[in-house]
Amino acid sequence: MTRPIPLLLLGLLIAVPLSLLAGRVWLDPFAEPVPNALIILTELRLPRAVLALVLGAGLGAAGAAMQGYLRNPLADPGLFGIAPGAALGAVLSFWTGLAGTPWVLPLFALLGAGGAMALLALIAGRTGSALLFTLAGMIIASLAGALMSLAISLSPTPFAMSEIVTWLMGALADRSWQEVWFAAPLTLVGIALLLRGAKALDALTLGEAAARSLGVDPRRLQWLMIGGVGLTVGAGVAAAGIIGFVGLIVPHLLRRYTDGRPSQLIVPSALAGALLLLVADVLCRVLPLQSELRLGIALSLLGAPFFLALLLRMRRDLA
Amino acid sequence: MTVPEPTSVRVERSRDTARGISTSLDANGTFVCNSIELPGRLSGVSITLRQGEVTAICGPNGAGKSSLLTCLAGIVPLAGGEVRLDGDLMATLALDDRARRVGYLPQQAELAWDLSVETLAGLGRLPWSLGAEADRTAIDRALGDMQLEDLRHRPLSRLSGGERARAMLARVLAGEPCWLLADEPLANLDLAHQIALLDHFRALAGQGLGVVLVLHDLAQAMNRADRVVVLQGGCVVADGSPDQALSEAVIAQVWGVSARWLGDAGQRALVI
Repeated sequence: MTRPIPLLLLGLLIAVPLSLLAGRVWLDPFAEPVPNALIILTELRLPRAVLALVLGAGLGAAGAAMQGYLRNPLADPGLFGIAPGAALGAVLSFWTGLAGTPWVLPLFALLGAGGAMALLALIAGRTGSALLFTLAGMIIASLAGALMSLAISLSPTPFAMSEIVTWLMGALADRSWQEVWFAAPLTLVGIALLLRGAKALDALTLGEAAARSLGVDPRRLQWLMIGGVGLTVGAGVAAAGIIGFVGLIVPHLLRRYTDGRPSQLIVPSALAGALLLLVADVLCRVLPLQSELRLGIALSLLGAPFFLALLLRMRRDLA
Repeated sequence: MTVPEPTSVRVERSRDTARGISTSLDANGTFVCNSIELPGRLSGVSITLRQGEVTAICGPNGAGKSSLLTCLAGIVPLAGGEVRLDGDLMATLALDDRARRVGYLPQQAELAWDLSVETLAGLGRLPWSLGAEADRTAIDRALGDMQLEDLRHRPLSRLSGGERARAMLARVLAGEPCWLLADEPLANLDLAHQIALLDHFRALAGQGLGVVLVLHDLAQAMNRADRVVVLQGGCVVADGSPDQALSEAVIAQVWGVSARWLGDAGQRALVI
């Protein structure tokens, strides 16, 4: 069994410097400096790279915890309705025309995520049952989705509508340190909450009854999951819009390189999520297209063949 | 729900033992249920179990056997009554403390992820925090007890049914509990594995563990248990030595089957 953490760290060590050099303007450290190279590096490339690392790590960790919590290898942090809740908040900030004011968009998105988290806790109730939790998440996701469509269809100006639609696709273009300053601490706290639930997730491998008999408090675990996923995913959506599939693909691919316990999957998934988002973002900006490919679209494009490969493998196993 | 009259074989010692339990040293090594209630499942069940004994819980389907076991495991909130472990009220025990003292093996051997035998056994150590060395010793001993040393790195998906059942039990044993509660541990096992597992339970009781098994096979309960509790409709209808609690009269009353025990003690066979 290969341990994935050192390899992933090595990958990050190589990818981060390269990502700083790549883009519409290539920075070659050995050639004549490009005009404004320092500004491009510190004000454009570096915050963007840090944001990709932070959001990728949050999505990867949230996905690993979610799959452990729901005991389902195809669970996705988006299932919980927290991402749609955050997106709804962001959409409302465009709809009201306040999105231009600094901090309003992320604030609305975080409020949306917080609202979804509160609803989730309220609907799922006191039992701590993962099944009720999933259903509650689906209710919230579908409600938030419907309200978002409503907001788009009733948008006050065509400009607001196009802003909403573009933003929903998720991207890291034109992000600054401002996004890093709120997303990084929230994501780190979220990952810390998820890690605090790691032992309980291991126990949950044996089913809810056995996990309780091993001393797991299902309500505490539910709070840790709501808080952890809420902060990581909420911060991610607030900073970059909806970026799917990372939380689903990354833990799924890494599981075979761990001993199978959910606790052992969270940190590698955070590292791999960071790496995946960083590389995907670099590819988005170096692809020779008219306008830059949106990161959210790129990852969704990646998602379909991934599922197809999964399906083909399962079909072979079933045959 | 109708509450059947207790038969004459019921041993009325549980309530007496339960009284004054908080002051008595007798409480050590006992597991006491005091008229516990679970709506629709158990009504007024009182029993006292002792460490070092193999207790079989028998009864027809829906009698409340599994419910009683989950109450003993402390994983369901009671609607009434109390469960005391060594005199301590279960409901007030710290979760980790309870988990270290009581090991519970559910009926369905669920496993969400395909762990290796060794990793699975390691899950039994979750309530403990004594360090890696103590964990390794306990895991090694549990795997040794279940004769799984050679399979320790093998994933559960590549084990036979019997090996799987042993691995699940090794998980509970790795937690070094004082009590082992197992819900139908013999289900889906062939005869040889059933006998081997019952021998293991006997040996564990010999080491001082309290072993509580839900058993469907009345002959196994008769021959292998020290003590049998018979449930019907959520009530204890017989509680005592296997000879008493599984008498032909009780079997006729509870299961509605007229059957006879043949053979000598320890090797009895039920003939219908």
